[in-house]
Amino acid sequence: MIRRVAILAAGTALAMGAPAAAQDHSMHGMPMPKAPAKPKPAAPQQEAKPDPDKPADGGPTDHGGMDHGTMPAMQAAGTALEAGDAPAPAPPTDHYADRFFPAAEMERSRKVSMREMGGRPLGSVLFNLAEFQPRSGGSAYRWEGEGWFGGDVNRLTVKSEGEGLVRGGIESAEVQLLYSRAVDPYFNLQAGVRHDFRPGPARTYATLGFEGLAPYMFEVEGAVFLSTRGELLGRLGGYYDQRITQRLILQPRAEFNLSAQDMPAQRIGSGLTSAELGLRLRYEIARRFAPYVGLSWEAKAGRTAAYARADGEKPSALGLVAGVRFWF
Amino acid sequence: MTKTIDRRTLLRGAGLGAGGLALAAWMPAWAQSVSPGLTPDLPTVSGEDIRLRIARQRMAIDGRHYRAIGVNGTVPAPLIRLREGQHVRLHVENALDEDSSIHWHGLIVPAQFDGVPGVSFPGITPRSTFRYDFPIRQNGTYWYHSHSGGQEQLGLYGPLIIDPAGPDPVRYDREHVILLSDHSRSSPEAIFRNLKAMPGYYNYQRQTLAGLLAGRDQKGRDRAEWGKMRMDPADISDVTGAAYTYLVNGHGPFDNWTALFKPGERVRLRFVNAAAMTSFNVRIPGLRFTIVQADGQHVVPVEVDEFQIGVAETYDAIVTPMEDKAFTLVGEAIDRSGMARATLAPRPGMVAAVPPLRPRPLATMKDMGMDMSSMDHGGGDASGGMQGMSHGAMPAPRGVDPSAERNASARLGGAAAAPPSLAGMDHSRVDPSATGGTPGADMAGMDMGAMRMRDFSYAPEVRKTPGVQTLSPMPMDRTGEPGQGLEDVGHRVLVYKDLMALDRNPDVRAPSRSLDIHLTGNMERFMWAFDGVKMSDTMEPFPFVEGERVRVNLINDTMMGHPIHLHGHFFELVTGHGDHAPRKHTVIVQPGGKVTWDFTADAVGDWAFHCHLLYHMMAGMMRTVSVRPKGGPA
Repeated sequence: MIRRVAILAAGTALAMGAPAAAQDHSMHGMPMPKAPAKPKPAAPQQEAKPDPDKPADGGPTDHGGMDHGTMPAMQAAGTALEAGDAPAPAPPTDHYADRFFPAAEMERSRKVSMREMGGRPLGSVLFNLAEFQPRSGGSAYRWEGEGWFGGDVNRLTVKSEGEGLVRGGIESAEVQLLYSRAVDPYFNLQAGVRHDFRPGPARTYATLGFEGLAPYMFEVEGAVFLSTRGELLGRLGGYYDQRITQRLILQPRAEFNLSAQDMPAQRIGSGLTSAELGLRLRYEIARRFAPYVGLSWEAKAGRTAAYARADGEKPSALGLVAGVRFWF
Repeated sequence: MTKTIDRRTLLRGAGLGAGGLALAAWMPAWAQSVSPGLTPDLPTVSGEDIRLRIARQRMAIDGRHYRAIGVNGTVPAPLIRLREGQHVRLHVENALDEDSSIHWHGLIVPAQFDGVPGVSFPGITPRSTFRYDFPIRQNGTYWYHSHSGGQEQLGLYGPLIIDPAGPDPVRYDREHVILLSDHSRSSPEAIFRNLKAMPGYYNYQRQTLAGLLAGRDQKGRDRAEWGKMRMDPADISDVTGAAYTYLVNGHGPFDNWTALFKPGERVRLRFVNAAAMTSFNVRIPGLRFTIVQADGQHVVPVEVDEFQIGVAETYDAIVTPMEDKAFTLVGEAIDRSGMARATLAPRPGMVAAVPPLRPRPLATMKDMGMDMSSMDHGGGDASGGMQGMSHGAMPAPRGVDPSAERNASARLGGAAAAPPSLAGMDHSRVDPSATGGTPGADMAGMDMGAMRMRDFSYAPEVRKTPGVQTLSPMPMDRTGEPGQGLEDVGHRVLVYKDLMALDRNPDVRAPSRSLDIHLTGNMERFMWAFDGVKMSDTMEPFPFVEGERVRVNLINDTMMGHPIHLHGHFFELVTGHGDHAPRKHTVIVQPGGKVTWDFTADAVGDWAFHCHLLYHMMAGMMRTVSVRPKGGPA
């Protein structure tokens, strides 16, 4: 019995290769087995069990005196054998459980479980910006948010942004209703409509854009907008979340707006119309609720800036902002 | 007959100390705060007719109350104790107002009693009873749990032990069930939605600027490299101690569930990982485990100091405490965001020092299936268990981010540990060029472009979807490695290659074919699937013919470990043990790694096949496996 145990134990050691070798054998100058797959622990007919109380490795079991070279040649069996290349069968066309349970009940539960395992639509709404900006003539407010509903690939997305004066009403407001489709691991293609309620007369645009995660973990988005009157606008933006600690996060943010033509009623000129750079420091009290403070620099450019000057406004402004980033 | 917890037992539990009575209402006797161990007269449910009633209830963890779903009024569910060779009828009543189910994890049962709604049966509708009826043809440590929605996280799990018909090859004086799990105040639906909206929602151990400035974690260059790849090396677990309290037999770390022993006794610990999302690193400082069973199957005893137990795995271990003192049992979540804790003691009320949570690991290039350094060794077996030798891919410990957060259990262990370690390690053998590196540093000189992260020519069977973020260019056999974060802990950790069946495998034929199945995912969108195909995409199974023996290669194309479970069958791991391959029902496929197993498709029916991380399964990482008679009706 002892001898058999030793054989088995040694087989184990061999088969386990490295660990045993590292612990016991190396000190005896034994060669380390390179490919432990082949030698078999026991001949197939050998039914003897090792003493389960006895550890296969370490402890008092001394493999040092064993001569592995004289171990009986063992036949490969079981998992040591190579796999063949038989073809796979065709999948069955029935559901096995239908033999035991009413087909309608099974059909119902199949639908439920497929929905539960990967097919459940979900939704979420994130306001990246929801803030106040104190100004000399009364404070302004601003929001920028996005909600989605749907599955992993196909989603309905709603985006909205705008700003106004606490005592002066909404200055600008837009809503986009988009079909969003995941086109690669990181990016969604988005198409739909954008409607601007302000400024000026309401405008509606067809929208085509993208949104996703760029290399180096930048969240980026871009879109072109074609109005019902044939006007073409563009927008490109992005931000980066720099974790200072687990909960303190600095978010630099940039957005550029472009126009292909003059739109005097909207006070928009052709070319780069405006740029915005922001730096917001938030503290995630909870993942879903993060108050922040920051700086926001907005500048109108080119002909758009000229419109602003003509209206008696300053074309650029640097302001303090305070708000809450939240989602639900 | 069904036995229930009777008053006498409750009183006995209370008499054993430590508020037993207060907790007794929620706890089966074997899980009461102090357990003398499993004895034949201890109330469990057993016999040929067993009644189980699934209902909502509350449970107390560390003195606070939580919503839960239990069985017969207890969480965990009662221990079901059966004998090999008997027949059992389990009458399961669903007192919930939603569908429920119970799956007998690891039991070989007829397909219609496997308990997976939509695959094996229609589920148990509200206020109805389903009768499971099958013979018991095996022995060992198993468990049972709901396969409906997120009920498993709410507490619908319990241990199931089958005593052998003949003499037990394992000799022991006393036994305890150690059922590890995770419990949250957040509902499963809320957690899943949070993960979909923000996959890093629960990770409060990410790399930060503060860490960079403090010289912790990765160096700046490596952070940039990982950022460029849009991968987060700190993404070890999706749901962490931020959401979970980790439990032993339903008790929190401060409850300190205590298992009694007499010095010198051989104590059999039956470990079950019944967690929803947590793999644990288990150890008892001061005691060695002799692993005698894995997934209910006897193995040649192997001595280790620690083992990683994936969700749904079971291990039976013998410990022999000789001293008249208490020992702490630690089940550390693999991301080290918290721990399950219990005590082994000769008398109630004793405590031992709790080791501090060790620093969380960071993923390496190897976890993305891109390791170059171990190529010379071939097969990846070189690193197995060779503590102190596989330093090529080892990060030089720089400590963890100073702002990293762990859950309340971290307080038990006092101050944070020193970097893992290095005590007892022989640095003189280490190639100096390798030690300076942090994860990824070994890649620094490499042209990343040369090794593309998403090249479908590596995996022609994988569907090209947004759900496939990466494909491992060089998946390694990592069954010789102890699991993420255990490479260098200074003592012996179990590796799969250590496991060897005690008995010869029942089927030792060569596989007639082989099949590659890719474990795919997108960590940014929290999408998980097999071969890029979600359960919700298709009911079409992986087909097998009855009696066919097939080699399955599970290739992990993601940077997370996945405990993969096949229903209705055991499979033999191809880890170099020939006809004594270890037989398992669940196996962890390490990040960027691959696991090969052979199995005999001997159970006709449709069977679930899935990742046992609850939210990976809910994201779609599940498919069916069909077994049909040869030439029979389709």
